[in-house]
Amino acid sequence: MKKNGFWHRAFDLYYDGFRSMTLGKVLWAVILIKLFIIFVVLKVFFFPNFLKENAEEGAESEYVATELIQRSTNLNTY
Amino acid sequence: MEFLYNLDDSMIEWSRAQFALTAIYHWLFVPLTLGLAVIMGIAETCYYRTKKPFWKDVAKFWQKLFGVNFAMGVATGIILEFEFGTNWSNYSWFVGDIFGAPLAVEGIVAFFMESTFVAVMFFGWKKVSAGFHLAATWLTGLGATISAWWILVANAWMQCPVGCAFNPDTMRNEMVSFAEVALSPFAIDKFCHTVISAWIIGAVFVVAVCCWYLLKGREQKLAVESLKIAAIVGLVASVGAALTGHQSAARVAEVQPMKLAAMEALYNGGTDQSLTGIALINPFAQPDYENEAEAPLKIAVPYALSILATNDPHGYVAGINDILNGYTKPDGTVELSVDEKIERGKKAIAALAAYRQAKFASSDDGSTAAAQLQVLQENMPYFGYGYIRDKSEVVPFVPINFYAFRVMVGVGCLLILFFMVVLFFLYKKDITAAPKWLHWTAIVMVPLAYVASECGWLVAEFGRQPWTIQDMLPTWASVSNLQSASVIVTFFIFLVLFTTMLAVEINILLKQIKKGPES
Repeated sequence: MKKNGFWHRAFDLYYDGFRSMTLGKVLWAVILIKLFIIFVVLKVFFFPNFLKENAEEGAESEYVATELIQRSTNLNTY
Repeated sequence: MEFLYNLDDSMIEWSRAQFALTAIYHWLFVPLTLGLAVIMGIAETCYYRTKKPFWKDVAKFWQKLFGVNFAMGVATGIILEFEFGTNWSNYSWFVGDIFGAPLAVEGIVAFFMESTFVAVMFFGWKKVSAGFHLAATWLTGLGATISAWWILVANAWMQCPVGCAFNPDTMRNEMVSFAEVALSPFAIDKFCHTVISAWIIGAVFVVAVCCWYLLKGREQKLAVESLKIAAIVGLVASVGAALTGHQSAARVAEVQPMKLAAMEALYNGGTDQSLTGIALINPFAQPDYENEAEAPLKIAVPYALSILATNDPHGYVAGINDILNGYTKPDGTVELSVDEKIERGKKAIAALAAYRQAKFASSDDGSTAAAQLQVLQENMPYFGYGYIRDKSEVVPFVPINFYAFRVMVGVGCLLILFFMVVLFFLYKKDITAAPKWLHWTAIVMVPLAYVASECGWLVAEFGRQPWTIQDMLPTWASVSNLQSASVIVTFFIFLVLFTTMLAVEINILLKQIKKGPES
């Protein structure tokens, strides 16, 4: 990689930038903790894809159609 | 609401509350990001033009606060998408293709544009030329603004669905015109009003920080010069928000007249309508709009509502009862009553059921399916009304809309006055020797401006109830068939998480403000 080349300079920008961070280190720590909570804890344990769990693969439209039609039917026969 | 397919009634309310909580929290960060982007861009432009190190310090200081806010806001919007998939699965499937494109573009733009230029802005002071750095700073703000554009396009589509066609085979709305979705007039108005209001938040924040420095008798030069930028941006944005707000109101009158009627507590419409300044409306109960002629103790500005909604002092504005019972528009077109729309909606849903049955039945030669498809297409604009039991269900909760609209407009007017006073002290007096009440007012304006901004969203979202997609799907058809317990658990997890994160952010921000610029 040439020292004056674009990729070297781009790498250098990020490398030096991350190394010399002060406040940035705290912020990155907060971001990483937050991302862990959001993607690992919340997404996996609390926010499953409802249709994937309840409808057969490829039959999601059938499931939604049944839901929407029956809700209307039940509503109108109440 | 047991009649709804054994659907847990509280599930709907908890899902709504959770979505509202997440959106309100997300909106604490977004406007400050968009607003500070403008201020720091202008400060760095001053540095680029003057080459004075002072301006570099100013730009770096606001960029640092921008960075704190940016970091805290990262990924808070993703949670909304999780909620779509879990709590609002019918809705998500129903809109999938329309939402997919804008959100995908937003994700790509946000990730590549912002991550590239944010890095250059923070790491590149000694690595790239001053011109390139300045461009990176502005492009950081532009990237965030473009992200906001796509999100607002998606939101605008829910309020005014355009450029799509419902496919009864896939049960999805499919995009037929990307341009119609991306450039819908509703989206453009929403974008202009929202982004300009975000600039106000940035300006108010900067004015408050500067006034705090003046109160403490430190960083006076930075404070005064930043005040000049922020007060001008704030005044221009406040006036701009009023103008774009007018445009938005006119658009709402056209496509969501019920929202405007609820905002105004306008029970019976007509021509020459006055704009209510204040009226006595019970904040906890829906008013008796069927029997009351108008809200009690109403003080109003003559003709102003007609001007707001139609740009004509004699223009016609529909009231709640007009919309419920049907009315004739000034151009002669007849708006059906809600009861008629309910009948059409039921026809659409029945036709959908019959179409799908015929389509998948081996005995049908295609004629039944074709006939039912035609009925469905004719009545599709009223599809959502098939889920309405009583016409009163299409009236949003008036008190929230009425008061939230007045808080937003009232604080907006106050901000115009406030920025004018700040500019007066900056250019005609000595702001450093201004009375302390002005500086304290500036600090108090930060939460007030946030309240006004969130009130804007309350009006936008409460005003379109019960619809998740205007006229197509009400909340009780959109929600997943879940038990509310799981939503309640995550609601409180969010409440704790968001409160903690907010406390962390405010703590870091205050520490950096106390620390001041690094010169």
